[in-house]
Amino acid sequence: MASAEVVLEMRGIRKEFPGVLANDDVALDVRQGEVHALLGENGAGKSTLMNILYGLYKPDAGEILLRGRPVVFGSARDAIQSGIGMVHQHFMLIPVMTVAENIVLGVEPRAGLLLDEAGAERRVAALSKQYGLVVDPAALVGDITVGQEQRVEILKALYRGAEILVLDEPTAVLTPQEARELFGIINSLKADGKSIIFISHKLNEVLEIADRITVLRRGRVIETVPREGATEASLARAMVGREVLLRVDKKPAQPGDVLLSVEDLHVVDDRGIEKVRGVSFDVRAGEIVGIAGVDGNGQTELIDALTGLSASASGRVHVAGDDVTNVSARRVLDAGLGHIPEDRQRRGLVLEFSIAENIELHDYAKPPVARAGWIYPKRMIELARKLIKDFDVRGGGPLTRAGGLSGGNQQKVVAAREIARDPKVLIAAQPTRGLDVGAIEYLHRRIIEERDKGRAILLISLELEEIFSLSDRILVIYEGKIVGEHTGEVSEDEIGLEMLGGKEAAVA
Amino acid sequence: MSQIDPKSSLPESPEEAARSGTLIASLALKQRAGGIGVPAATVIVAFLMGGLVVLATGHNPFLAYRDIFNGAGLNWIFHPTTNVANTAAYNLSQTLLQTTTLILCGLAVAFAFRCGMFNIGGQGQYLIGLVVGNWVGVDFAGMAPLPHILLVLVAGTAAGAAWAGIAGLLKATVGAHEVISTIMLNWIAVWCGAWLFGDGGPLQNSANPTVPISNDVADSAKLPVFWGQQELQGLHIGFFIALAALVVFYLVLNRTTLGYEVRAVGFNPDAAAYGGINVKKNLFRAMAISGAFAGLAGALDMTGYLYHFGQIDVQTSSVGFLGIAVALLGRNTAVGTGLGALLFGALLFGTTHGLTSSVIQPELAGSLTYIIQGLVVLFVGADVLILYVWNSRKRLRPRAKAATA
Repeated sequence: MASAEVVLEMRGIRKEFPGVLANDDVALDVRQGEVHALLGENGAGKSTLMNILYGLYKPDAGEILLRGRPVVFGSARDAIQSGIGMVHQHFMLIPVMTVAENIVLGVEPRAGLLLDEAGAERRVAALSKQYGLVVDPAALVGDITVGQEQRVEILKALYRGAEILVLDEPTAVLTPQEARELFGIINSLKADGKSIIFISHKLNEVLEIADRITVLRRGRVIETVPREGATEASLARAMVGREVLLRVDKKPAQPGDVLLSVEDLHVVDDRGIEKVRGVSFDVRAGEIVGIAGVDGNGQTELIDALTGLSASASGRVHVAGDDVTNVSARRVLDAGLGHIPEDRQRRGLVLEFSIAENIELHDYAKPPVARAGWIYPKRMIELARKLIKDFDVRGGGPLTRAGGLSGGNQQKVVAAREIARDPKVLIAAQPTRGLDVGAIEYLHRRIIEERDKGRAILLISLELEEIFSLSDRILVIYEGKIVGEHTGEVSEDEIGLEMLGGKEAAVA
Repeated sequence: MSQIDPKSSLPESPEEAARSGTLIASLALKQRAGGIGVPAATVIVAFLMGGLVVLATGHNPFLAYRDIFNGAGLNWIFHPTTNVANTAAYNLSQTLLQTTTLILCGLAVAFAFRCGMFNIGGQGQYLIGLVVGNWVGVDFAGMAPLPHILLVLVAGTAAGAAWAGIAGLLKATVGAHEVISTIMLNWIAVWCGAWLFGDGGPLQNSANPTVPISNDVADSAKLPVFWGQQELQGLHIGFFIALAALVVFYLVLNRTTLGYEVRAVGFNPDAAAYGGINVKKNLFRAMAISGAFAGLAGALDMTGYLYHFGQIDVQTSSVGFLGIAVALLGRNTAVGTGLGALLFGALLFGTTHGLTSSVIQPELAGSLTYIIQGLVVLFVGADVLILYVWNSRKRLRPRAKAATA
């Protein structure tokens, strides 16, 4: 490996934004045919570094060498012409166009004045065969799965001649099976001599796929190590700067009374499609029930119906014995339900509000904060100050704008609000999405503490690892139905298959 | 494509950028972030460009602005006096008369804005306030002054609220966009007024049936004048009511649960709903409160100095639209709206009085206010537009760049 040619070298990269040193003397070298992982917490400077490589940012200092030649990228176009491809976390495809059309967009093969549709499909098919990137060139992007969309993005980069491919958190949207297929694709790209920069904050996959690993922390390179010899613990320590508890310690659950009960719930969405199709389950005091599933299988609609944010078509929901079927969100809150929503920026917080105002999002009209419609800001601030301390929110005081906090601290504000209301039932939807190791550790510990205090906790997550490490009972949701329930030992593979609709579907 | 400072794009996470992708959300963000620098720069550039127009007509812009300044009575501060025989004092009282209306029309736009809506219907709500103010002021003659004045003001305010409430209700129930519905309600108000005050209309004057003008409101409905004389259009106590409205606006938004709900809905309706706030109720309520400010402006004008209104007046009045510029310039805050109203009040009066043709072309004089108003709206709007385009450019860029490779 060491003998392979260094295709990319970044030296002494420095990039400063107002108040933040995003990259400080960062060095990175990538060899031909290598998978090089870039590991770091959110805000460690991974994206800044890659945006510099892709020509989106101009570094304040430092240089980029491609095969030993210094290059300056004024724009992404320059980077693409030099053989750098990037697959963003959020795909940029046009749903009403076909796979082939999306891939050739802007560099279309022409037949006269018209797009050579057949030619485009032929070229795309050849390319996808070469790397085992199975996808139908004639399919509409709107009809294919997220995993396939990602392949289209990779094909797009390859079609433009990418030799160095940057994958930004590529597994975040994939099921375990899809992730494994992606790793297969990465290996075939590698065998063809392509170099891959793999951005991630998931330790296990980095250890699985990477040849070398560069760890960033607060804009600086902490170390670049070969995979051999690296462990999850050593990488976590490098990332966070202290020892991290990777496995959640918890005592066996001691389930009590049923606090949340859902009976034969059906939910129909705005377009008239039935998204939840007869779901029934109970959550007892002192237990965590995890719902595993691929994104878009009815989880969002289920949560919205449970929390009063949308109406259900039929079925019953009880919170602590109180019938809260199709009542207002306010009534559900008052019945003793706390809800950490899946999207903290869209729903969990008013980003323009201060932390103090956000903490009162449910109780702004109740004493002690308000009386007879009049708000007492001092009391709001006092309460916020206490919760900020209790929940270790860093990066601001009660009057700091919530939008100015890091993702982890934003989530702590949401968790503080929901837990401080002393709910009987706590719904935690994707509670650690996009958070770094330190914040995940804190939130997981907190969720288990709340379980041990006797709350009933419903966890909905797309991260199987999270479901496994927290849940006392696991339910699997597929196309709006609960297709599996597990209490004892169960393998990730088994759950993964159920998430895809059972063994038959997965084999076919 | 020019190089744009990447710093400006850093603090936004992708989610935040996507979330603030709507025009109104970008504006809300910008309105908070801008501080005083942007509106100040906006005014300066607008005045500079207005000055260029003056220059183009062969006059000295400095002299023109000096005379507008003096015409608005702002030179009064160099020689303060309460004696309205003094020209500066009289001019200032007239400027403040305009300011009174503009404060309330500005608040009508600002309040809806804080709830995430663009109320273009201030003019219609103002007209309805005028019409109802005239009706109650004329027909309820014989009441004691204080109750009569209160009745007129309450009726005008309620009428404005109801008028805007229609748009709020349509928005809350069927999702009709408030920009469209308030514009249409403006026209309905205009033609209702034209009919009511027109020949044979129910509110046309009884003395002279060929003149399409209303009766004067009863003396018992006329607001006391505290600076100047009633016959000479002195400054009435409505000025203090408008100042009080600024304080009420601030307190309601920042110190009440109602204001908390309005702001939460304005910034992020999804989060507000999640918090247990009834979003639809707030859309309706905020629109109605907006209309109340404009309706009050109409009632105050009617009882303060107009006393009557004519068919032509209904069709040419446009002070309610100026409220949009006032609110935008004032960044939808209480203090900003007050200052913006003073600026436009001074322009309105200063460009129509005491200017000689040696200083400025007479046809240009009256239009200068509207040129500057237009430029302010353009710049404040352009500000948002640039942000909007920049955000969508950022979303599209990787593909756009790839497409040109």
